[in-house]
Amino acid sequence: MDVLTLSRLQFAITTVYHFFFVPLTLGLALLVALMETMFVVTKRDVYKEMTKFWGKLFVINFAMGVVTGIVQEFQFGMNWSEYSRFVGDIFGAPLAIEALLAFFLESTFLGVWIFGWDKISAKAHLAAIWLVALAANVSALWILIANSFMQEPVGYILRNGRAEMTDFFALLLNPNVLVQYPHVFAAGLTTASFFVLGIAAWHLARNSNPEMFKRSFTIAAVFAVLGVGLVILNGHTQAQHIYQTQPMKIAAAEGLFETEQPASFSVFTIGDRTGTQEIFSLRLPYALSLLACNNLTCRVQGINDLQAQYAAEFGPADYVPPAWIVYWSFRAMVGAGFLLLAFALVAAFFALSEMLDNHNRWLKFFPFAILLPYLATTTGWLMAEIGRMPWIVFGLMRVEQGVSPTSDVFSVGLTLVGFTLIYAALMAADIYLLVKFARSSGTTQTNAKQKGALAMQPAE
Amino acid sequence: MDLNILWFILIAVLYTGFFLLEGFDYGVGILLPFLGKNDTERRALINTIGPFWDGNEVWLLTAGGATFAAFPNWYATLFSGFYLALFLLLLALIVRGVAFEFRSKDKNPRWRALWDGCIFGGSLVPALLLGVAFANLIRGVPINAQMQYVGTFFDLLNPYALLGGLASVAMFTFYGAIFLALKTTGALESRARDAAKRLWIPAAILLVLYFVATYFATDLVTRLGINPGVIPIGMIVLMLVAGVLAQRGWFGWAFLMTALSILLSVATIFLILFPRVMVSSLNPEWSLTIYNASSSPYTLTIMTIIALIFVPIVLAYQAWTYWVFRKRIEAKPEALTY
Ligand code: HDD
Ligand code: HEM
Ligand code: HEM
Repeated sequence: MDVLTLSRLQFAITTVYHFFFVPLTLGLALLVALMETMFVVTKRDVYKEMTKFWGKLFVINFAMGVVTGIVQEFQFGMNWSEYSRFVGDIFGAPLAIEALLAFFLESTFLGVWIFGWDKISAKAHLAAIWLVALAANVSALWILIANSFMQEPVGYILRNGRAEMTDFFALLLNPNVLVQYPHVFAAGLTTASFFVLGIAAWHLARNSNPEMFKRSFTIAAVFAVLGVGLVILNGHTQAQHIYQTQPMKIAAAEGLFETEQPASFSVFTIGDRTGTQEIFSLRLPYALSLLACNNLTCRVQGINDLQAQYAAEFGPADYVPPAWIVYWSFRAMVGAGFLLLAFALVAAFFALSEMLDNHNRWLKFFPFAILLPYLATTTGWLMAEIGRMPWIVFGLMRVEQGVSPTSDVFSVGLTLVGFTLIYAALMAADIYLLVKFARSSGTTQTNAKQKGALAMQPAE
Repeated sequence: MDLNILWFILIAVLYTGFFLLEGFDYGVGILLPFLGKNDTERRALINTIGPFWDGNEVWLLTAGGATFAAFPNWYATLFSGFYLALFLLLLALIVRGVAFEFRSKDKNPRWRALWDGCIFGGSLVPALLLGVAFANLIRGVPINAQMQYVGTFFDLLNPYALLGGLASVAMFTFYGAIFLALKTTGALESRARDAAKRLWIPAAILLVLYFVATYFATDLVTRLGINPGVIPIGMIVLMLVAGVLAQRGWFGWAFLMTALSILLSVATIFLILFPRVMVSSLNPEWSLTIYNASSSPYTLTIMTIIALIFVPIVLAYQAWTYWVFRKRIEAKPEALTY
């Protein structure tokens, strides 16, 4: 393998891995903050128990998000130095701002939250977790502002052999981030809701600590419906936006080789090895036109057409991303999205009709649904990033121009293997701990002792 | 003063903040296996930095991000050039970070020993590597006319840089011991006090040696003159004063003097660098400077406004957390937060 392939593989592995932890942090921070708010308002112990139970799982996940994030911060310089030189004037700013505005706030107040239970007032403690939740979601906003510049460069001028910023506010209000951020935010809420639903359902099916887990389930059910609803509605808007700005990505995601008007939606397509022709395709007539531009008859350009158009615009080269990855990723995400919607509606129905006790049979399925948001977020990013190929910055820089010229196969290979191994080991430890704490009922012996101690304390 | 100079100073400030805070953090990690005789004591040692370590580490992340934003060429050349060293640093920070959260979540002694080992190694390696890296920055590394690092990993491990690495390990360990003398009670406190008294000698010797070597390995003399001025001299003097104060048992003052000495060490390094950010050992013309490595004036202006607003805010709330957790940590199971 060459340096470029190894560098790309390394970026893909480390970033996807980082994003295993990110969505849960984004959403669970909000849910835990909400639970603690209920505790502070109602002063009922069940909410404190709930906050501590989910808070513990949150902290374990957070630690993994932090350490994998450190790698992200330095990777651009390590493997993508020419890319960093080219976009640093623009791209570095949101990254630095993210650290200054969000990471400091997040890490400092999480420390306060973990260690501060009996050191600061209940209100100050509550404020700490809200600041963590706010900071996590602000950090996502800044990193997506950076990512959006790669998807849709705005507010820049080409000068001194690089892209220089001319309009900071154009960067912030990049049309791409306006559709991307709500999607990622909702994805985080969805991931966290299903995490809570799955674990709470597992306990309810065993009748362990039903008081606390029933309430957790109900809260999560509400946010699952909201989250999935938003992610799907927004996904549609996002697809339409991408259709305007990166039509090649949509064509690849749809396996649409030839331009169609009206365009049909592919349910199942197999392309040939050259990736320019379809062998077999099952299609819904008109549906893609509807998806892409909200009417039944608009024209959607196909891969071959766009390739010719790009070659004329940017010079002869291959502008087709690996269509099958983009295609199947998109299907996996959308498929997961609709399955999640079904689960969320069932969960809400159980919770609101107070039928949680009588549906043990159905509750057993919820733990498995925890995997779906992970599938969707991973494939979502695969689609977004691989669908942009061969561009590293759309229309401005191709991926092979961005790689570090000083890298050699040995070093990149070594670090690739090193990161992968250590990440695999950490994943094992992480899952071991998550499962262990998820299975504890929140009132194990040590907790019972703590509860006893709590009861003896004067009311907080 | 133009914005390029301001950003050079700001990045020096970020690294200073990082070393001032994470310095004792690393020290505590390095001392963990030596001072903590049983599990409860080790947990107590970890709890002295428990609420802070992550916030402290963000100073490094912010320094990295600020380098990217203000001096993209510095960011690109440094991190692609010091590739394998950075990889080792990242591995160390990864295992260290999870170790703090994972260690106490299982009672198995082997599980805890594993993560304690990670905290030790994860503190020692960065303390060493960061010292090595900064020494190389002022000594100069092979950088060509295209701003690319053309050396190898082993070029970074020259004797001068290794001495810098050892000096920073020794200083941080000493600093960590003083911190622990202030943050623990009972047996742990007296062990930390003894450690600080003993660690001062190697720390001071290595710092002096490193300073002397700097005369020969870098262009300090042409930059600052034979008498380099009050900042480098102050660095040495304060380190000696800190030792005297520690021997007398005045640990609060010793902590302050060590902190100031570390501050002046970072200042010395940036003074020698200025106005360069990476020195080329091949040709002085090829050095990266605050002008040829920088972002556009527009970006620097935007970043300046943001930094001037938010750095003081960060300082304020971080100071507040140190105040909230100002109490000494007792090594008693019922008093410890896990
Ligand atoms: C719980 C997670 C989740 C779910 C259920 C969905 N997505 Fe998604 N999707 C993501 C999580 C995600 C993501 C990880 O957050 C991505 C990657 C980049 C981004 O902005 O969001 C993404 C990207 C992404 C993109 C590419 C955007 C780009 O190129 O920048 C499109 C077009 C959609 N999504 C559309 C959808 C549609 C139509 C869905 C309908 C069910 C859907 N997503 C469900
Ligand atoms: C600000 C956010 C992000 C930036 C700046 C960014 C940048 C990049 C860069 C520089 C590459 C180069 C390697 C290549 O093109 O092959 C890349 C590829 C990639 N990125 Fe992103 N990325 C971001 C977010 C993410 C996230 C969160 C994920 C998913 C978890 C992701 C998934 C990928 C994948 C899978 C590739 C590999 C594509 C390939 O190998 O063809 N990215 N991205
Ligand atoms: C590829 C570009 C990325 C870089 C350089 C990056 C950088 C980082 C860093 C350095 C941290 C650790 C902060 C700490 O120590 O507290 C972190 C954590 C985090 N990042 Fe990323 N990140 C990237 C992609 C993303 C994306 C796309 C999102 C969200 C959409 C995101 C959201 C978060 C969140 C919420 C955290 C908090 C810690 C956690 O994950 O649990 N990051 N990131």
